[in-house]
Amino acid sequence: MALTTAPDRTRRTGPAGTHPAGRGSGRVRHGEGPAGYVFLSPWLIGLMGITAIPMLLSLWLSFTDYDILTPLSEVRWVGLANYERMFTADPAYWHAVRVTLTFALVAVPLKLAAALGVALLLNRAWRGVGLFRALFYLPSLLGGSVALAIVWVNMFNRDGAFNSFLALFGVEGLPWASDPDWALETLMVLAIWQFGAPMVIFLAGLKQIPTDLYEAASVDGAGTWRKFRAVTLPMLSPVIFFNLVLETIHGFQGFTAAFVLSHGTGGPVDSTLMYTLKLYISGFTDLEMGYASAMAWVFLAAIALITAIFFSTGRFWVHYSDGESS
Amino acid sequence: MTTLAPARRRPGTRQAVRLLILIAIVAVVLYPLVWMLGTSVKSQEEIVNNIGLLPERFTPGNYRQGWVNFDVGFGRFFLNSATVSLLTVVGNALSCLLAAYAFARLRFRLRRVWFTVMIGTLLLPGHVLIVPQYILFRSLGLVGGDWPYLPLLIPHFLATEAFFVFLMVQFMRGIPRELDEAAKIDGASAFGVFRHVILPLSRPALVTTAIFSFIWTWNDFFRQLVYLSKLDDYTVPVALTLFIDSTSQSAVGPMFAMSVLSLLPVFLFFLAFQRLLVEGINTSGIKG
Repeated sequence: MALTTAPDRTRRTGPAGTHPAGRGSGRVRHGEGPAGYVFLSPWLIGLMGITAIPMLLSLWLSFTDYDILTPLSEVRWVGLANYERMFTADPAYWHAVRVTLTFALVAVPLKLAAALGVALLLNRAWRGVGLFRALFYLPSLLGGSVALAIVWVNMFNRDGAFNSFLALFGVEGLPWASDPDWALETLMVLAIWQFGAPMVIFLAGLKQIPTDLYEAASVDGAGTWRKFRAVTLPMLSPVIFFNLVLETIHGFQGFTAAFVLSHGTGGPVDSTLMYTLKLYISGFTDLEMGYASAMAWVFLAAIALITAIFFSTGRFWVHYSDGESS
Repeated sequence: MTTLAPARRRPGTRQAVRLLILIAIVAVVLYPLVWMLGTSVKSQEEIVNNIGLLPERFTPGNYRQGWVNFDVGFGRFFLNSATVSLLTVVGNALSCLLAAYAFARLRFRLRRVWFTVMIGTLLLPGHVLIVPQYILFRSLGLVGGDWPYLPLLIPHFLATEAFFVFLMVQFMRGIPRELDEAAKIDGASAFGVFRHVILPLSRPALVTTAIFSFIWTWNDFFRQLVYLSKLDDYTVPVALTLFIDSTSQSAVGPMFAMSVLSLLPVFLFFLAFQRLLVEGINTSGIKG
């Protein structure tokens, strides 16, 4: 529709314009340089002002004792003191690292397993697939909100819905969300519940696998499991890799649900003290912004390192078929 | 499924089992949402005693009570959230479109370098920058004040959401270059091509960007928590945390009622655009 109107419009502006054709095309060839930067300028300003300069500022701050109350000009340089304190003198920091790693190591694989499992169940074109796909995706749209975190915490209270369910089997449940041993697990289940987004990506990947591979495997006498191991998994490995990288980075940044569950403290007994929550508390509750900046830089380095590890090990298990590598 | 011969029965029963499993999973997945809805219309007494999904007595009063539970009504919080979300949509759509056009169509020095940098910022966690950004915005006098939303909005008017830039670049690469060439032959400048060819043809990418921008901003909590400190300025997510801070049990019904209302816009978007949302994450690998 728009395809037909666009050339019409330009044709209309064409004759109305006073530029001779030659000059016009010459302008295009040489004049695109400035035009490029004109169009790019908002992004460039953002890159400098919102990303690059703040990054450098935060690097500098991480070597200072800056709190928001003293002016920037009177900030004291403290060298590596913030980093030293983080690694040697702040048990809560290591606790936050442990909580975050546990969360990511457990929740991400389970979430991806759920996503892949449901995608495999859905991967047959029949009527109603679209409906299922949409319903499974819904939690991914809602799950990051404060509202859903509130619901979740209440669902795993002593008299929440989960314990009512357990009561059907005569099991008396715990106040999961406020039990130091189970609070983080409550958040993990919330993360796994949002398996819809990776599932949709898996579904798209499954559709790309040529059916003749399965037919060839059938001819060779392969059963369902063998076909899954020998065809589906290797063919899907680039998509698994993509989801794994994305979900891991995402998992490290969990904040909202932990904040809601613990009223912003990381409790009970620091059991939900996610890294980003610790960073928030240091920077915006304790106002130790130098310390928080040091934490942010270690976080950035850790994420870069983990991404690099993913990419370097990916060579060994990610299989790119000819079609996809091009 | 026309390839399934009706004579073969096993695939049929297998399909039925598959369907049953899927329905069971749907039930588990939707249970929290239905439970939330049910609890939002239960009386205080029933919230404690009635374990069922549905209330015995329909109590819509939770909504009325929740709406005016704080000194400032929820109407104000919704207005604030809508303002921030809609302006973010405008900012993202405009600024990302400009950047994407430059990357996808224009030739200029260092283009590849900038493009690589842009892709690099895709993986940059937002939490890393919150402290220095806060300090910068504060030193510019933009934190607090009469209208404290500028720190939330300015980044979006400067195309910092690289994800949308990337999405639009990918989309524009699919627009035939012949159209640009035709316009150029007719004397159109780089701006003319943008205005008359790229802009009208990029509508699908703009719609996707707008919907995801809205939903993500509507649900965003971290940045709004950092920048909003006066009750009058609170957005819905920040206001909802007031409920959890007030430990009184009597607020549970109203809290659920307002939680339901806060998810309503996202849910309506989902109903209206579910195909586009699901497909949008497909083509581009969006995170939800």
